[in-house]
Amino acid sequence: MTYLAKPKLQHPALERNALGFTRRDYEGAISTLCAGCGHDSISASLIQACFELGLPPHRIAKLSGIGCSSKTPTYFLGSSHGFNSVHGRMPSVLTGANLANRELIYLGVSGDGDSASIGLGQFAHSLRRGVNMVYIVENNGVYGLTKGQFSATADKGSKSKKGASNFDAPIDLVMLALQLGATFVARSFSGDKEQLTPLIKAAILHPGAAFIDVISPCVAFNNHEGSTKSYDYVREHNEAVNQLDVMLPRKPITAEYTPGELEEIVQHDGSVLPLRKLAADYDPSDRISAMSFVQQHDAKGEVVTGLLYVDPEPEDLHAHLNTVNTPFNSLAETELCPGAQALARFNAALR
Amino acid sequence: MPAEPQIRTNDFVIKFANVNGSGSASANMLFAKAILRMGVPVSPRNIFPSNIQGLPTWYEVRVSEAGYLGRRGGVDLMVAMNPQTWDKDLAEIEPGGYLFYDSTRPLPASKFRDDIHVVGMPLTEICNREYSDARLRQLFKNIIYVGALAALIDIDLRELEKLIGEQYKGKEKLLEPNIKALHMGRDYAASYLPSIGLRVKRANAVGGKIFLEGNSAAALGCVYAGATVAAWYPITPSSSLAEAFSRHCRKYRHDANTGKARYAVIQAEDELASIGIVIGASWNGARAFTCTSGPGISLMQEFIGLAYFAEVPAVIFDVQRGGPSTGMPTRTQQSDVLACAYASHGDTKHVLLFPEDPKECFDFATQAFDLAERLQTPTFVMMDLDIGMNERLCEPLAWDDSRRYDRGKVMTAQDLEAGKEFGRYLDVDGDGIAYRTYPGTHATRGAYFTRGTTKDRFARYSEAGPDYVDNMQRLLRKFETAKDLLPKPILRPARQSTRLGVIYFGSTSPAMHEALDALERDGLQLDALRIRAFPFQDEVYDFIADHEQVFVVEQNRDAQLRMLLVNEGAVDPTRLVSVLHYDGTPITARFINGEIAQKVAVLKVTPLRKIAQ
Repeated sequence: MTYLAKPKLQHPALERNALGFTRRDYEGAISTLCAGCGHDSISASLIQACFELGLPPHRIAKLSGIGCSSKTPTYFLGSSHGFNSVHGRMPSVLTGANLANRELIYLGVSGDGDSASIGLGQFAHSLRRGVNMVYIVENNGVYGLTKGQFSATADKGSKSKKGASNFDAPIDLVMLALQLGATFVARSFSGDKEQLTPLIKAAILHPGAAFIDVISPCVAFNNHEGSTKSYDYVREHNEAVNQLDVMLPRKPITAEYTPGELEEIVQHDGSVLPLRKLAADYDPSDRISAMSFVQQHDAKGEVVTGLLYVDPEPEDLHAHLNTVNTPFNSLAETELCPGAQALARFNAALR
Repeated sequence: MPAEPQIRTNDFVIKFANVNGSGSASANMLFAKAILRMGVPVSPRNIFPSNIQGLPTWYEVRVSEAGYLGRRGGVDLMVAMNPQTWDKDLAEIEPGGYLFYDSTRPLPASKFRDDIHVVGMPLTEICNREYSDARLRQLFKNIIYVGALAALIDIDLRELEKLIGEQYKGKEKLLEPNIKALHMGRDYAASYLPSIGLRVKRANAVGGKIFLEGNSAAALGCVYAGATVAAWYPITPSSSLAEAFSRHCRKYRHDANTGKARYAVIQAEDELASIGIVIGASWNGARAFTCTSGPGISLMQEFIGLAYFAEVPAVIFDVQRGGPSTGMPTRTQQSDVLACAYASHGDTKHVLLFPEDPKECFDFATQAFDLAERLQTPTFVMMDLDIGMNERLCEPLAWDDSRRYDRGKVMTAQDLEAGKEFGRYLDVDGDGIAYRTYPGTHATRGAYFTRGTTKDRFARYSEAGPDYVDNMQRLLRKFETAKDLLPKPILRPARQSTRLGVIYFGSTSPAMHEALDALERDGLQLDALRIRAFPFQDEVYDFIADHEQVFVVEQNRDAQLRMLLVNEGAVDPTRLVSVLHYDGTPITARFINGEIAQKVAVLKVTPLRKIAQ
């Protein structure tokens, strides 16, 4: 049994959000991942982000594929519906779910095996379709659940725990997402909650295809010397381009900003993304320069993190299809069935 | 020696041999429809290669006042417009039959047969004289031969003129030249061509029937059933189903005020994504479907197992074609029966529906969504190329406005608020079907985790053996429940009691009915049962038990339905005798008759003409 319910006891003084929920209301079952797993930190950031945004938990649907990362939706948002689908196929299931009810928030949780290997096609096509979702890849460069095989995001030359070298070129999901037309692309590190939580909040508020690649070290199989996805390696090579705060529409959050250049991105729904720029030469509104920046730093062995690209006026799949505002799953016969009279006319034209 | 000329009224086969992409399709259809308008049933079939332009293609029209819509076999009048296939086309003509050809270029006598009657018309010469543009020469050649044929077999020209008028309504510029070409053909034939023995005579055998393709009918069924999400990947012969759904939705599913769409059609990156989208949408409470053919079913296997085990509705149309592999992509077969019945790994079984014609494609499409949601499981509509891609005469489509969708067992916010116990896999009613909730229903109750791994009755992850077995047993109970909900088999009893039976399904219907009539004329009595769904109801096994020998007629090599019958019920396999047709052409009454007569003789069960004693 890997399902463990968390005790529901709460301290009465726990902080509550606008909806009156505490952070505990966004938690799930106790994690069964290895102690110290980066994925658990990401779950914690997801919980924090949903709590801070004051989202009703049941209006979020969490979908995943197969793998360690895909198990995590059990460990957060226990009041939300979850769907642990098929290996590499979360994006299609999420796309269908999104079409059925455009009013929910869709969290797609995947891993590097799930999205960069078996599910590379679905990863690509869900982004190019502009499905309104938050697509998180918990990227550790390794197959954890099957005990330590290289994944497709493992860097060339990196070493496995057993000492084998990886000769295959890595797939950079951030570069792919940028190229495929994702309208929100970010990279972060599971060990940097300060950076990750606001990125998740911004991605949730983004009304289009938002992708976050989160490097998440695997303590069991990929946290050793020679790995490029270990805690030590990422901390040493992290090149953060900005630090993000998120402001909801008409509800500005007053925050103390460290001195530095501040840039505000106003999204279509009025939400404001204030960015504290750390790299003076980085412009997150330019897809092409973002791609070249990421590649230049990659060549130097640096892992660029932060909000890498955002289109403040994105179009999503529903806009492309010009669908009605009412969720499909609440349309009734009267709105869907043309009726007997129309059928009689249809018949008459076929004689 | 020429054989006696065939003299036939309202009962013959005419076949057009053309080149793909030459514009012949619409002219040929015009021809078939004009006969229909004269009250004489026709059943046309496209016989086409996996190609867009340049390869041979045929259009075979069976004219049958008796209403036999199956393929007959043999040709009484060949319209040979393709030199590439000349020899083969000529060989198909029945002795005493007719050949109509373009006689512009003289052919040596060795290119003809002496037991048929030849009608030559210098079509190319006429077109070259009349038109200077090469494309027009080609297009009007088709209309000219239709005009000539109309004169030869007595098709009422006014019907053709009316049809052309309907076709070019609003494009009057095109109307006039088409009518002119039609008359040109008619006039030439009347003045110069010999008369032939085939004839269409106005009758009253069509009645209120309609003429449409199964794919279009199934797609309209999806519209009527309230499907809002369609996800598909192009594959012959199912693509036109998805395209028809888009077309019907453009007509019926846009908000009159805002113009917004009450549907979404996604042309996915592959069949895996197609079924994934369907499962995601169905999980979230929308009605969703995909349509595909054999190779697509193979690709969807893993997801189908997930939907079975996680109990998510999904409607899948399988417009079957010749397999295995790429097989015969533009030919018909019923060879995915087992692949669908037991799709996926592990212990799985699925609901299948077998429509016989476009009318049932519509009906079963509408039922498939009710079944998928009531049973919370994938439901397959097993069509094939023969009914999917050919226009077929059938009863008009019907809809009862008082009919309500059966959305199955769904717990609402009110139910949850009232404190009803919710266990996603809890069998509260004893029918094996548990309640589900749509995501986002209630703030604190009714959320659950959907997964392909084992779970307990409350959807909690569990690898415990008893939990697994409990769940698998409930799935079997649910499959039993399905039998009461599915369309029942239809019995066509013989006129006299008999110990011989025949089982058939799907597009075999018209050929089977014709065969039964013919066998009866020969004194062979057969009770016939048309299976319309899987799992098989008791009626099917009772039928087998009531007969000494039962023929099972199928369009595949391995007798897949027979295997399923033997596998799923207590039946002695030796009682089931296979009649198998699988060369990619639609099965014919002639084939069924021949096989059954021969097997009866070998089995010596009931001698032929026993009844006539």
